[in-house]
Amino acid sequence: MRRPRLLMCSPDFYGIHYEINPWMNRRREVEHAKAMDQWTRLHSIVRQCGADIELLAPVQGLPDLVFTANAGLVFGNRVIVSRFRHPQRQGEEPLDAAWFAENGLSVTRLPDDRYFEGAGDALFCGETLFAGYRTRSDVGTLQSVARMLGCRVIPMELVDPYYYHLDTCFCPLRPGLAVYYPAAFDEYGQKALREHVEQLLPVELEEARAFACNAVVIGTRVITNTGCPRLHAALAEHGYEPIATPLSEFVKAGGSAKCLTLRLDGEEAASWKTARAS
Amino acid sequence: MAARKEKSTEGMHQEVVEISGHIIDSLILPKILDCITAAGGHFRIEEISVGQQRSDPSFARVNVAARDAEQLQRILEVISDHGAVSVSTGDCRIVAADIAGAFPDDFYSTTNQRTEIRVNGHWLSVEDQEMDCGIAVDVSLQTARCVPMSDVVVGQQFIVGHRGVRVFPEERTSHAQSFEFMNSAVSTEKPKGVAIRAIARRLFENRQANQNTLVVGGPAIVHTGSVPHLSYLIHHGFVNKLFAGNALATHDIEHALYGTSLGVQLESGDLVEAGHEHHLRAINSIRRAGGIARAAATGLLKSGIMYDCVTRDVEFILAGSIRDDGPLPEVITDALEAQRRMRDAIRDVSFCLMIATTLHSVAVGNLLPASVDVVCVDINPSTVIKLSDRGSFQTVGVVTDVEPFLRALVEELKSIAEQADA
Repeated sequence: MRRPRLLMCSPDFYGIHYEINPWMNRRREVEHAKAMDQWTRLHSIVRQCGADIELLAPVQGLPDLVFTANAGLVFGNRVIVSRFRHPQRQGEEPLDAAWFAENGLSVTRLPDDRYFEGAGDALFCGETLFAGYRTRSDVGTLQSVARMLGCRVIPMELVDPYYYHLDTCFCPLRPGLAVYYPAAFDEYGQKALREHVEQLLPVELEEARAFACNAVVIGTRVITNTGCPRLHAALAEHGYEPIATPLSEFVKAGGSAKCLTLRLDGEEAASWKTARAS
Repeated sequence: MAARKEKSTEGMHQEVVEISGHIIDSLILPKILDCITAAGGHFRIEEISVGQQRSDPSFARVNVAARDAEQLQRILEVISDHGAVSVSTGDCRIVAADIAGAFPDDFYSTTNQRTEIRVNGHWLSVEDQEMDCGIAVDVSLQTARCVPMSDVVVGQQFIVGHRGVRVFPEERTSHAQSFEFMNSAVSTEKPKGVAIRAIARRLFENRQANQNTLVVGGPAIVHTGSVPHLSYLIHHGFVNKLFAGNALATHDIEHALYGTSLGVQLESGDLVEAGHEHHLRAINSIRRAGGIARAAATGLLKSGIMYDCVTRDVEFILAGSIRDDGPLPEVITDALEAQRRMRDAIRDVSFCLMIATTLHSVAVGNLLPASVDVVCVDINPSTVIKLSDRGSFQTVGVVTDVEPFLRALVEELKSIAEQADA
């Protein structure tokens, strides 16, 4: 079986330079050395989980480039590159596209009047693409993406500005099993999730705010920020091995473990990945 | 899923939106419908198609109604965030025809109402408005026109879907005042005198304004002895174009040559011996002469509706059918060619009088834009109803026998002319 492969970007130029979500506050500065240390620890845990890590070169003036999950949505050998809603992040798009192209992925660019923030807002669980809209990605683009990929999409409105990306409130573990923070969705979204994911592990407010849902899943290992003991207990009950690592400096910008990585060979819960391997 | 709500939305502000993609499983459609209701609006699902496979998208076109423009705007803003797109906002989608004589899939099917399309943010008027056509667009020339299916050429650009298309329903109040009385489509109960006076006034106004009147006529005009009345209208410039079939022309010529129609002596009402052969002999004579125009020129044909058309420069188009005898040389036997000729001829028509013909009336009704006033005169109410049912809503009907109608019409025209002279 192929080794898991993830894309990360060193936080050399990471910091709070603007405010585009409720977590960000320019007066709450990032402690740079601490951020670098936390990122390095995450990097080595991912390596220890048996994954290969590709590195995207950091660029000055693009502090959020570190959040590689938002670079695009990978589907097999194809990647749909993000179109960021905020101009502050739009400079990342050509760099992401260039990296994907150089690394052998078939790159799809969306028209420039669309908003789509990659694996930040679109996550496969089984054969279905679950997607968050309104705050960042727009629902019409999510429908277009599903048409391009020939899959079903379940777009869900993200109703709490603190959970502005789907990966801050929903994390598929394997087909039919996912972690979620219910209050980030309205009743339609919650009902759609219950309808289409057999088993959902809810997290509570306190752990949701610690980014419990923003987890990196590699096989049966689940890496999260610290401060999510209840989720970790639930994960253990379901046969997973939870790993906590401090990521407080990235929470300042509204990101955590998952945001700092992009799974290039397909998430564990994506059915297309196993279908392809077999 | 939310229940379908039906409520009268007459007089309310309305907008049609489209929602497509995975809108059923995700509950996006019910959510949008609930948003509309929660904001005080009403909705009507005009069309819905549900994807069969898990990966198939679904589609819904929904009419949204609100009590005022402000409320409607508010609702549209809310639902647009969930993917509801107003069909009137956004450019139309254009796809090139890949097969001659067929539209691309999902082509926009036209109505006979004035229509505009949005290309690169600008609204263009659609020319040659006609129902049941496609809209061909020339983006470089910024023009659009209705094109019938049979005339589609490979590579021609057609509108698909409903987005970027808006239709302006015809308002009868904008029409000539004398015509306003006819606001109910058809009735056997209507006082015919009033109707006939209004039609006479309309014919008179049309002639005054140098606008063209088209008569679509059936052979009953001849059978009922109304040839002199129609001739009066032609002689006095009230008819500019005539559409008919082989039958009207044949029996008119039979009458001109033998004094009979279908073998019946029109002056006495008597059956003439071997009279049933007259129409065939009439056709034969005209075919031998090389056509109606030639027969009129050589003096073979000296009177009648067709003679008047030829000598008074009234354009006539005779369209054939499979039951025709002969037919007369001027009859166009290719149905598509006849449609094309009629289509070209109606472009400058502003008033149309359909008299005692069902199939021809429906055919011409299909071609006419809703801006052309149509009066359909028939002894059979179902002819008029048939026209309205097929979308020619601008048709008003007068249910009456042809001869008394035309006689009264001529009398009214004479009296208008006298008043005008005085």
